[in-house]
Amino acid sequence: MTPETNSARGANHYAQPIDGHFGQHGGRFVAETLMQALEELTELYQSAWVDPAFQAEFRRDLELFVGRPSPLYPAERLTRHLGGARIWLKREDLNHTGAHKVNNTVGQALLARRMGKPRIIAETGAGQHGVATATIAARLGLECCVYMGAEDVKRQSLNVYRMKLLGAEVIPVTSGSKTLKDALNEAMRDWVANVDTTHYIIGTVAGPHPYPVMVRDFQSVIGHEARAQSLTQIGRLPDVLVACVGGGSNAIGLFHPFIDDHDVRLVGVEAAGEGLATGRHAAPLNAGRVGVLHGNRTYLMADDDGQIMETHSISAGLDYPGVGPEHSYLKDIGRAEYAAATDDEAMAAFRLLNRVEGILPALESSHALAWVAREARALGSDAEVIVNLSGRGDKDILTVAALDGITT
Amino acid sequence: MNRLETRLETLREAGRKALVTFITAGDPGPATTVPALHALVEGGADVLEVGIPFSDPEAEGPVIQAAAERGLASGTTLRKVLDLVADFRRTDDLTPVVLMGYLNSILAMGSEAFAQRAQHAGVDGLIMVNLPPEEAEELRFFLDKASISLILLVAPTTTEDRARYITSQAAGFVYYVSLKGTTGSASLDPVAAGARLRWLRELTPLPVMCGFGIRDAASARAMAAHADGVVVGSALVATIAALGTQPENIPEALRSQVAAIRSGLDRAPEQS
Repeated sequence: MTPETNSARGANHYAQPIDGHFGQHGGRFVAETLMQALEELTELYQSAWVDPAFQAEFRRDLELFVGRPSPLYPAERLTRHLGGARIWLKREDLNHTGAHKVNNTVGQALLARRMGKPRIIAETGAGQHGVATATIAARLGLECCVYMGAEDVKRQSLNVYRMKLLGAEVIPVTSGSKTLKDALNEAMRDWVANVDTTHYIIGTVAGPHPYPVMVRDFQSVIGHEARAQSLTQIGRLPDVLVACVGGGSNAIGLFHPFIDDHDVRLVGVEAAGEGLATGRHAAPLNAGRVGVLHGNRTYLMADDDGQIMETHSISAGLDYPGVGPEHSYLKDIGRAEYAAATDDEAMAAFRLLNRVEGILPALESSHALAWVAREARALGSDAEVIVNLSGRGDKDILTVAALDGITT
Repeated sequence: MNRLETRLETLREAGRKALVTFITAGDPGPATTVPALHALVEGGADVLEVGIPFSDPEAEGPVIQAAAERGLASGTTLRKVLDLVADFRRTDDLTPVVLMGYLNSILAMGSEAFAQRAQHAGVDGLIMVNLPPEEAEELRFFLDKASISLILLVAPTTTEDRARYITSQAAGFVYYVSLKGTTGSASLDPVAAGARLRWLRELTPLPVMCGFGIRDAASARAMAAHADGVVVGSALVATIAALGTQPENIPEALRSQVAAIRSGLDRAPEQS
């Protein structure tokens, strides 16, 4: 996780892609007003990333504020219960604010301060990225404004209140489908109008260049730790890495330091919602087409006219019609594979982890667990599998309780 | 030369400012669009900019976002937009038509298929809000073959080097975005925008149109003093929105609104 090892690993032919292109994906598809700001952000980010002072500051915050490194936990009872592969959980749920999202907001907020921008904005779906942004804004004394779809504001009232406690302004977005994609549109509009004073902290590895590269680099701490922990705790590299994929930041963070380890199988799990065949899902890598949305070319859920379709997942954090362009590229070149898990499968995995390990996973992470539950036996008892437990599920308690018919 | 280049050349020779008007296709329904376009021409529009409804119009303010939603609700796909242009062309083969929208609409049809169909329908220009020239090579290739101008935008934040690059890649005209913000914003600063327009016109032989934040005869006249023409959009779309329940009155309302802006423009002092 030092700049030196990172640049040595930059031998990957797409590790620092030219102008942010990953094969046919990525790029910078935005209104002209933002082009200069993106260019400045790219230059600042690239110089900061190789600056030892910035790296020291970033790592200090990850250690003392976020609480890293996160453990690589051997899930022994889960392993026995599933009767196959040995399962390890990368415990991003134990981070401050309860998910991997904070790794990225810590890094980008340090950049905002370097740029002298006093105001940060963010979009959020379930509220985890909004909370992580509001948290770091409070710590650094930056003004913070979070855009959230009006539907999500209703569904995630606890996180809305939490952001307000942290001093952030939460703006409900009533345009379009009133969900995450519309919150992203509205944040872009704010940024166009306030680009001189404002830094936009995108929460995932999507958006115009440099966001997919920059967010990946900030999240790669997950994979660097997991790689070192594997060598110590397992005695070798794992056989399979599994992570859920919405925009894909927790998955890229885990996968990226293993890209050159060709014997390590990389599996992303998308939200199949009510089933891929029903059309009510959020699985663009499984059932989408290549297009342009939110500043990048990538697989999207779009209709024959190019209109972006409404998505469905029980997990608000996976309920997004696009995906980070690096995932689209990893799919195209066959380096990673992308499966999907339904709402029901994720719910079953959610309940299972609670009962056999005493861990309350986020519904997002439960999709990765669902794939492991399905495949553990077939992988065999010699297989070592790391699942990214990207967040904790406290935020989902009300959703699950409602499904169980419990009113609060 | 396509209709757009011919029209802008004629205006320049006559020393007149161009009036570009924007409405969204299929707003509030497809039956209104063609009569509305003819009414805009009768009122004095020189160039018709027609919006392609898109689900995620990132750079639009609330007025044009709502128009896109109405266009989608009335079933106005890109194919239907092209049908409407072809319909308009049956009785007007002179007024240039420029489509405005977002790249995913074009990609879904395919760049080559779009260029061919758009040429056939009678389209002269294309503005893609989220397509910077760096990413436009393939689309430009097919548009060139179809004699459709790819119109590019310059913003208040665009540096001089970049403006030189953009204008070297542009066709038809250069669209100067007069403010930092979305369409229809109220924050237009005429002095700052005027200075940028004079700077931009030094950089390019192409006509320069000024848009965003121009809503009436006074603001049109003020900005046209420094440009080859102006674009009026949100103010017209707001008129359509206000008459949503009586669409039969929309063409006449647009005609008189544009006539007022036209007369303001024609009183514009010659720029220095």
